[in-house]
Amino acid sequence: MTWYDSFLQQLVDGLVLGSFYALVALGYTMVFGVIKLLNFAHGDLYMTGAFVGFGGLSLVSGFLGAGWLGIFVAMLLAMLAVGCLGVVIERVAYHPMLGAPRLSILITALAVSLVLQNAALALTGGQYTAFRTELGFGGFNLGNLFLSYNQIVLVATAGVLMIGLELFVSKTLYGRAMRAVSIDKDMCRMMGINVSAVIAVTFFIGSGLAAAAGTMAGAYYGSIWYFMGFLIGLKAFTAAVIGGIGSIPGAMLGGLILGLLESFGTHIPFIGSEWKDVFTFSILILVLVFKPTGLLGKSEVERM
Amino acid sequence: MNDHSAPTTDEPKPRNLFQRLYAAFESPGRRRFLHAVIIAILIITPWVSSQYTTVILTNALLYVVLCLGLNIVVGYAGLLDLGYAAFFAVGAYTVGILTQQFGINFWAAIPFAIMAAALAGVIIGGPTLRLRSDYLAIVTLGFGEIVRFTARNLEITGGASGLSHIPEPSLFGWHIDNSIDFYYVFVVLAVLAYIASQRLFDSRLGRAWLYVRHDEDAAEAMGINRVATKLAAYIIGAIFGAVGGIFFSVNLGAISPESFSFQQSVLILLAVVLGGMGKIPGVILGAFIVVLGPELLREFGTLRLLIFAVLLLLIMLFRPSGIWPEKRS
Repeated sequence: MTWYDSFLQQLVDGLVLGSFYALVALGYTMVFGVIKLLNFAHGDLYMTGAFVGFGGLSLVSGFLGAGWLGIFVAMLLAMLAVGCLGVVIERVAYHPMLGAPRLSILITALAVSLVLQNAALALTGGQYTAFRTELGFGGFNLGNLFLSYNQIVLVATAGVLMIGLELFVSKTLYGRAMRAVSIDKDMCRMMGINVSAVIAVTFFIGSGLAAAAGTMAGAYYGSIWYFMGFLIGLKAFTAAVIGGIGSIPGAMLGGLILGLLESFGTHIPFIGSEWKDVFTFSILILVLVFKPTGLLGKSEVERM
Repeated sequence: MNDHSAPTTDEPKPRNLFQRLYAAFESPGRRRFLHAVIIAILIITPWVSSQYTTVILTNALLYVVLCLGLNIVVGYAGLLDLGYAAFFAVGAYTVGILTQQFGINFWAAIPFAIMAAALAGVIIGGPTLRLRSDYLAIVTLGFGEIVRFTARNLEITGGASGLSHIPEPSLFGWHIDNSIDFYYVFVVLAVLAYIASQRLFDSRLGRAWLYVRHDEDAAEAMGINRVATKLAAYIIGAIFGAVGGIFFSVNLGAISPESFSFQQSVLILLAVVLGGMGKIPGVILGAFIVVLGPELLREFGTLRLLIFAVLLLLIMLFRPSGIWPEKRS
């Protein structure tokens, strides 16, 4: 294999990884946009999505099979269920805290994350659950590069979801309301926009996208466990920060950039793959320190 | 000393049972009496309890030190630190490496461990303290993970299995090696941490923290150096964490990266929030709840962590300033 083929292989791996990061990062950035809250529980919604998707798949695999069709239906179920869970979390935990000091609301978000994680721990006993599918390992060669059908379907699904979101936000009434709320909540209220409903829709979509990513990741990697959301939550946050938190195209871009950086970063000489996570968190800290607005974010003069 | 709280004490206010109970502990004379009683209980306990209880109590006292340290960062200065275990790790690993791999005397290694932790506090705090609080929380989380992964990947830290056979210290011929000895060491540490916290709370720096926590811009306008004040909280908090880590490593004799995970940071934060951010007796109470609670809930198995998580959520929703809240804030 020449360096060129290896380069292409890293590119494909990076795109797959980046799609997961981008889908999860979107939820972070959307929620941050409307209520300026860093939703620590978001990575755990991804984990919950993987488990609901797993349950959904075992439910529908009887008559739809455990191929892409079955997984697709399971994914939709997971998106719906986790989307509703996201709305419930917002109502129960975050809504009463919106006027509270930022420290309190951050700790509340942390508490929600712990509740989800430990509920999953108590239900699964902390074991890895095998996510059995009938996807197979088919694919084709492009020169020396092997592309599996799974990778293509996965990146394509993520792409469709992101384009759908972009259309929703830019073309529909609710999308316009969402953008307005992220700029000035009080003014929106005065203009007759139902701000609570917009926040609920935002949580629904953000959580649903995380659940979609969770189900796809479970099907792709083949196993799920209660702690799978922690690291990806952090990394997706990194992606959102790289792209500029609050910016939807930024989250997509940041996710892909982070996926590619990780994929290539592990092949830099002298830096083994065991340093991959150190590498990612260093990027996070560097971006936050030197360019906290990210690539596409708007500068914001705000202090707490 | 307490003139800043004088105007509020004159107001008649409705009191519930909790407030009356707390007030009973807060008059200076009773407080002195209470201190004496607590010290006596701490001294007598290991002679009347089982070894198991002594070990658990030692752990609780370790948490008192760590929680009082984090309380300076979160409670006094109002900075959310989600990677506090990193400072704990720096202290533990510095002493572990120096004593076990370089054969340096334990007591001689302590200043190095404290300096290393203070340096870590400067490194992480220096560039990040200008950030918004939620960014700061994430940066500290990332920093905590970096420290853990580094400890896992380096050879000098023993990799994933960590360091073992860390020699036990001795002091003037007294070989500190059994659980009761270590219990007393931690009693001394906890008392020192308590005194230091109290002195800091009443100091000029303590009032600067209070001011910065409430209104950064106003504090800066009044001539308080915002960044330096926050950095001081970071460094002092780091030193408390390191001291906990130093004695943790010699107590166990072995440390591994998993002792310093994100869960550890969260548990310490949980104790601080549960007890009451900024309130010293509250934080100590929180430390004991966090350590003794799981022991009491042992029969619930994995559910106990869920119970704890739900408890934290309920406290944040219904009693956001903790069980024993700080009046001054």
